[in-house]
Amino acid sequence: MPTDNSPLIVANRLNISLDNGTSLVNNLSFSLGRERVALVGESGSGKSLTARSLMGLLSPALHIQARTLTIAGENTLTLSERRWSQLRGNTLAMVMQDPKYALNPTRTIGWQVEEPLKLHHKFSRAERRDKVIDMLDAVGLPHPTQLMDRYPHQLSGGMGQRVMLAIALITDPQFLIADEPTSALDHAMRDQVLALIRRLVEQRNMGLLLISHDLQQVADHCDRVMVMYKGELLDTLPAAELPRATHPYTRTLWSCRPSKATHGQPLPVLDRAALEAHREHD
Amino acid sequence: MIDLQQLSVAHRQGYDLRTVVHDVSLSIEAGECFGLVGPSGCGKSSLLWVLAGLNPHWSGSMQLAGHQAAAGKTFTGDLRREVQMVFQDPYASLHPRHRLRRTLAEPLKLLKVKDIDDRISQGFRHVGLDPAMADRYPHQLSGGQRQRVAIVRALLLEPKVLLLDEPTSALDMSVQAEILNLLNDLKRQDNLTMVLVSHDPDVIDHMCDRAAHMANGRIIR
Repeated sequence: MPTDNSPLIVANRLNISLDNGTSLVNNLSFSLGRERVALVGESGSGKSLTARSLMGLLSPALHIQARTLTIAGENTLTLSERRWSQLRGNTLAMVMQDPKYALNPTRTIGWQVEEPLKLHHKFSRAERRDKVIDMLDAVGLPHPTQLMDRYPHQLSGGMGQRVMLAIALITDPQFLIADEPTSALDHAMRDQVLALIRRLVEQRNMGLLLISHDLQQVADHCDRVMVMYKGELLDTLPAAELPRATHPYTRTLWSCRPSKATHGQPLPVLDRAALEAHREHD
Repeated sequence: MIDLQQLSVAHRQGYDLRTVVHDVSLSIEAGECFGLVGPSGCGKSSLLWVLAGLNPHWSGSMQLAGHQAAAGKTFTGDLRREVQMVFQDPYASLHPRHRLRRTLAEPLKLLKVKDIDDRISQGFRHVGLDPAMADRYPHQLSGGQRQRVAIVRALLLEPKVLLLDEPTSALDMSVQAEILNLLNDLKRQDNLTMVLVSHDPDVIDHMCDRAAHMANGRIIR
């Protein structure tokens, strides 16, 4: 068990590549503790791949190499599938992007929230039921007992995302990975769900890796921000420093959000040619 | 350019009709960008589908680009090409198993336009894409590129009214900025009238001169 200050996840020179040698994630080094960290970048920048590699969920067609990749003190490069499964149940948990696809349409909500408890713990049926009801209540879902018998298609997007969060947190993991948890939701719902994730993570003293492409959104909820572009870590900075970011890519991502104030003006966009040149230069 | 009086929209549900938009009256000037905002399920997309002529189950009065549309009938004649729509999911207007050139050329062939290839190349350049991309399939493009092609498809028919149904909500923040800039440029160059539907108030604030907020099938302000 790591103490409160030691990092839970350490990656040193993490590489993910295809069979033919094309590199998708390049020399990533970071360490994550019990803090809230955001991983931002455009689609295709490798942020989801990085998250999946931390969960041991990469497709077999991809190759992972690293100098070190330790999760809660275990070297994951040589981990057996059985041990991975234990790790995923007790230490790590993940929330996916779209509840419509990530929940099983043929099982009730209660069954799906209970499943991790059955797999990873030894509780009696009644204890499990109590825990499920407590958890559904904790993620802010109304009438948990009735809800347990519902199916995913009977829920709205925001409720589905709360159910996914309940499934992730029911085994009391130490670290939560949230892969764009709010992109499938409408605008009013986004802040609610993010605030909920943040509150639960703080209450349980967990670490959080939040993946997003909306810099302004993560600035409110995270301590630290890592910026990825084309498989490389371009910039790491405290979230409070975002308005004063010096890297041009970070600065554009920060300022490209439209608002009343930008009406009638062109929004700043990425100068991709300059970015490439900058990357070569580094 | 667009004038709606007491417009109600219904959807078929079995043998019944369920009214989802009630008594909407609007008028939109030429060259204006008009916004429709509201939570999901408030009827903003239903209203847009009627404006595009995709749902004949409406009542009231609708005047579009100088034509009086008739309820219960599909659009005919010039109206069909003068009102064009860009969908949230660009796949909705691009055939997955046809190359882009074939999808884009189809309405032009029907209209017996002469220089189809030139127009497609010009359209691609207009939105900042390489004309050589016209020989790709939709899945060979990135999300932002696909949305640009969907905009090209709508613009090739030289519409007077462009309807946009959440054109950027499936895109990254940085790509969204590029598409919004593109739409603003097109509006300035071609004097297009645009109706933009979005659930993101920031996008509406950035793009629109005027906006209507909808809830439960009614315009509330």
